[in-house]
Amino acid sequence: MNTKVKIAGVEFKNPVMTASGTFGSGMEYSDFVDLSKLGAVVTKGVAAKPWAGNDTPRIAETYGGMLNAIGLQNPGIDTFIERDLAFLKDYDTKVIVNVCGKTVEEYLEVVERLGHEKRVDLLEINVSCPNVKEGAIAFGQDPKALSHITKEIKKKAVQPVIMKLSPNVTDIALMAKTAEEAGADAISLINTITGMKIDIYRKKFALANKTGGLSGPAIKPVAVRMVYQAAHAVSIPVIGMGGIGNAEDALEFIMAGATAVAIGAMNFVNPYATVETIEGIEAFMKSQGVEDIGQLIGAVN
Amino acid sequence: MTGKAGENSIMEKKKVTAIIRRQEQIAEDIYDLWLETDLCMEAKAGQFVSVYPPDGALLLPRPISICKIDKNAGLIRLVYRAVGNGTRIFSGMHSGHKLEILGVLGNGFPIEKADEKSVFVMGGGIGIPPMLQTVISLQERSKAKNINAVLGYRNERFLMDEFSMHCLAYAATEDGSYGTKGNVMDVLREHSLRADVIFACGPMPMLRAIKEFSAQNGIEAYISLEERMACGVGACLGCVCKTKEIDAHSKVNNSRICTDGPVYYAPDVEI
Repeated sequence: MNTKVKIAGVEFKNPVMTASGTFGSGMEYSDFVDLSKLGAVVTKGVAAKPWAGNDTPRIAETYGGMLNAIGLQNPGIDTFIERDLAFLKDYDTKVIVNVCGKTVEEYLEVVERLGHEKRVDLLEINVSCPNVKEGAIAFGQDPKALSHITKEIKKKAVQPVIMKLSPNVTDIALMAKTAEEAGADAISLINTITGMKIDIYRKKFALANKTGGLSGPAIKPVAVRMVYQAAHAVSIPVIGMGGIGNAEDALEFIMAGATAVAIGAMNFVNPYATVETIEGIEAFMKSQGVEDIGQLIGAVN
Repeated sequence: MTGKAGENSIMEKKKVTAIIRRQEQIAEDIYDLWLETDLCMEAKAGQFVSVYPPDGALLLPRPISICKIDKNAGLIRLVYRAVGNGTRIFSGMHSGHKLEILGVLGNGFPIEKADEKSVFVMGGGIGIPPMLQTVISLQERSKAKNINAVLGYRNERFLMDEFSMHCLAYAATEDGSYGTKGNVMDVLREHSLRADVIFACGPMPMLRAIKEFSAQNGIEAYISLEERMACGVGACLGCVCKTKEIDAHSKVNNSRICTDGPVYYAPDVEI
């Protein structure tokens, strides 16, 4: 039985990854999960300099989901390389580093620094965080801006580039095609859906940032639909995410056209979710007589 | 620095199934829950567990501080307020029911800081429960010179009798129905109480008052903070507090309450 998948020439032992921002750099979850079992660890977004993020409260639970407005707090690229990447050297898994910035130049600075790091297998460019005012989503909602930043990053990047797309757009297929035409090696989606919660007793927003990104099972049908649309619009690989918590969820995305999948908010619900999903996919393949995971990718048309 | 709060627990965190051994209501909306779990062996005063609501639509575990640890019986005790949809479900559960919990989380109170010193253990409202194990641990260590508990209630008292079994316990009630009328700071003034060290958990205005009071009086204060949490293990950066200095982990003035707290040396945090 083969569960290996390939994205931009990089081979993953299985199609299950972590979603950026929900798993740190793996350190915090290594009590629960053998990181070497994962297809890849996708690290929390890292910028050129440390970012303090938003005020608290940054988290609010909603029915079947959660809102977050962390605001891309991160320790900056220096600490990330010295500490987080060094930590990952001990594990036999692929490393995808999520990159964020306020300007194109800031993204490029991080991309260039990571070019020297052999431990980094791919870059994921965050142009879809809804919780920061500058950068991020500003590049992910306008096809021209997306095209520009993708081209600039491709000029400097040593590793293959995944553009992480926002669901907060009218036409996801257009954004997917735009990224592909600008040279992206793969796309990942969906980032969180912008939402809001109001605390009626305090007459206040539940989040200090007012709005936040909705994630969790509540968004899964939207994510499956968008992954399906994006996968049919492009020929580059698609990494699917949005509310995945088990093998059944993951297989929906794979059959919709995702070459790999990522688990995000559901790590908080079940810290063992990644490994259980891998085991569940294997069990499904065995019971259904599927020899190669490739037979399932885009199986539903 | 003399006063840094306790180091991170190096114990492995786990998600486990705990069995409810007993639950009763002890005051309005306040529930006393005893859980059988191996996590009790690793737990210490001031740490917490996160309890998953047995409802798939309520995703996030509810962080609840540990009120008492009984290693012989294999139990941890949680005393919590039923305030939202998750804790209300817990409050309706009975002996024999199972709950998924994540633990043991957080650093806990550095009780060794009270060695050879007199200590106030201060709790306000639903911040009172973790102070019970703190008093018990201080008493077991038997190195503190003097232990006083100062408890602040809205009106109805709970756990007060148990504190009194371990130390001298003072109370304040907002309505004056028992003890000092007012809050925990009013108790200190009324009885002219003095201490070298304070361990405290309670609402933010109380913790701010303690931070200020301790700074003015040269008292070493350790305060337990809370914030909305998601992962509970330091990955998501949801539950941060502002720190005076740049935090060693985050490289900004933010510390992760779930992992580097919840207990902080008061001068280290901006609250």
